[in-house]
Amino acid sequence: MKILVPVKRVVDYNVKVRVKSDGTGVDIANVKMSMNPFDEIAVEEAVRLKEAGVATEVVAVSCGVGACQETLRTAMAIGADRGILVETDAELQPLAVAKLLKALCDKEQPQVVICGKQAIDDDANQTGQMLSALMGWPQATFASKVAVSAGKATVTREIDGGLETLEIALPAVVTTDLRLNEPRYATLPNIMKAKKKPLETVKPADLGVDVAPRLTTLKVVEPPKRSAGVMVADVAQLVEKLKNEAKVL
Amino acid sequence: MTVLVIAEHDNASLKGATLNTVTAAARLGGDIALLVVGAGAGAAAEAAAKVAGVSKVLVADSAAFADQSAENVAAQILAVVGASAGSITHVLAPATTFGKNVLPRVAALLDVAQISEIVAIESADTFVRPIYAGNALATVKSADAVKVITVRTTAFEAAGEGGSAAVEQLSAVADSGLSKLLGRELTKSARPELGAAKIIVSGGRGMGSGENYHAVLEPLADKLGAALGASRAAVDAGYVPNDYQVGQTGKIVAPQLYLAVGISGAIQHLAGMKDSKVIVAINKDPEAPIFQVADYGLVADLFEAVPQLAAAV
Repeated sequence: MKILVPVKRVVDYNVKVRVKSDGTGVDIANVKMSMNPFDEIAVEEAVRLKEAGVATEVVAVSCGVGACQETLRTAMAIGADRGILVETDAELQPLAVAKLLKALCDKEQPQVVICGKQAIDDDANQTGQMLSALMGWPQATFASKVAVSAGKATVTREIDGGLETLEIALPAVVTTDLRLNEPRYATLPNIMKAKKKPLETVKPADLGVDVAPRLTTLKVVEPPKRSAGVMVADVAQLVEKLKNEAKVL
Repeated sequence: MTVLVIAEHDNASLKGATLNTVTAAARLGGDIALLVVGAGAGAAAEAAAKVAGVSKVLVADSAAFADQSAENVAAQILAVVGASAGSITHVLAPATTFGKNVLPRVAALLDVAQISEIVAIESADTFVRPIYAGNALATVKSADAVKVITVRTTAFEAAGEGGSAAVEQLSAVADSGLSKLLGRELTKSARPELGAAKIIVSGGRGMGSGENYHAVLEPLADKLGAALGASRAAVDAGYVPNDYQVGQTGKIVAPQLYLAVGISGAIQHLAGMKDSKVIVAINKDPEAPIFQVADYGLVADLFEAVPQLAAAV
């Protein structure tokens, strides 16, 4: 059984981004880039399924600029067997990425696609669901537990009121939530080994996909700042302020 | 022009998030049709008809919708949009786990972009949404024929009652058979929902354990009639279930009063609560970043300060 794992190169989660002064976007020149944390969880889950003998091959896919190769190498250092880069300098929105992934799924025929539930840059939370719909497959989003056996997957999902467990037929798309697993650190020998793993590069045109954006960003601004308030000396003063100044008690 | 709002409900009643989404729909202008996709959802449909501003309630009632699976609910929404012959220009759902699960399927099958978690509406095709955990606000314009949108509920007031919309029964789409619900473990609580609470008491890693979390925070929450929340660190450590999590990837809240106890204030946590009216932080570390956004900060041992606070309010 083959598992496909899409991985996105994003601004590292520890970086505090700055909005460009001309309002055209966020300044990502010279900031640290990493694999989207939810995608790391997805790679880890796929590799664990391979280690458990459930999957036979884990293929990592990234869509974007040439530097996404680094993200694919990270996925291969965690344990993915090979990588596919869909290389383009164009701005990619979730629908376009879902279409690129559909083209690759048609070709690669994976039984399971494990995606991160959202990327921490655009916070869209769309691509997995879109891919699932385009493929006509079932989906299990926001997974905190995944078990795969004989043509089906049992997935526990984090929902607003608690948890729910679904049984879905394969092939299917699963998207990861935070508590699915704790990704391993890639060891140096595995990082070295990853450099020798196969990495194929294709262009969106090779896949017959039009990636033109549907949304135009008119401007990007900083949100209104919250400034620090006052420090209170003790609980009594806090209660007094909440009652008489903030009037929320 | 019709704005189709997807109701989130439990068949017996509408979820509060639906009411905030109706308010967003009203800002767009045009008629509002509220779609209830459920199984035995007569009571929810009746409640939907009473929401102020709704011109029509559409009901698709079938056993196929008992699980509220994304596959079946999305298929029904597509059928409704298709049957409208172009009169539906917008499809809105709350940006809850329900809306986030279902709506991207609708967008993909309509071959349109989805605009996620809007916080403001500039015009019928231009919207404001947070990116980078709310550290930036992007204004985006959609060129698509149908705008598929999830709405951040804290950014819009809840619609009131007083409507008397006609209820129209639709024929339901067939069950896709792709997905089966095996069970739900829902957190039972007599407290208000996190998303709708006026006061939230939230605990972080500083609580030290699940026992401490409950022993220290519950008496205060009981006194204040508050909902209980938590930081990702507290959820990851297993102190409380996942549905307590406030943050970029958990729940987004904006209560009148948010009490952050033993929470350091990571960016992803601030993303979930920084629109609260008043923020109070109690932490023993004076350098904790939470103090930079708190209206009132108290550097203290939470195990002493919180019981004192519970006694004083």
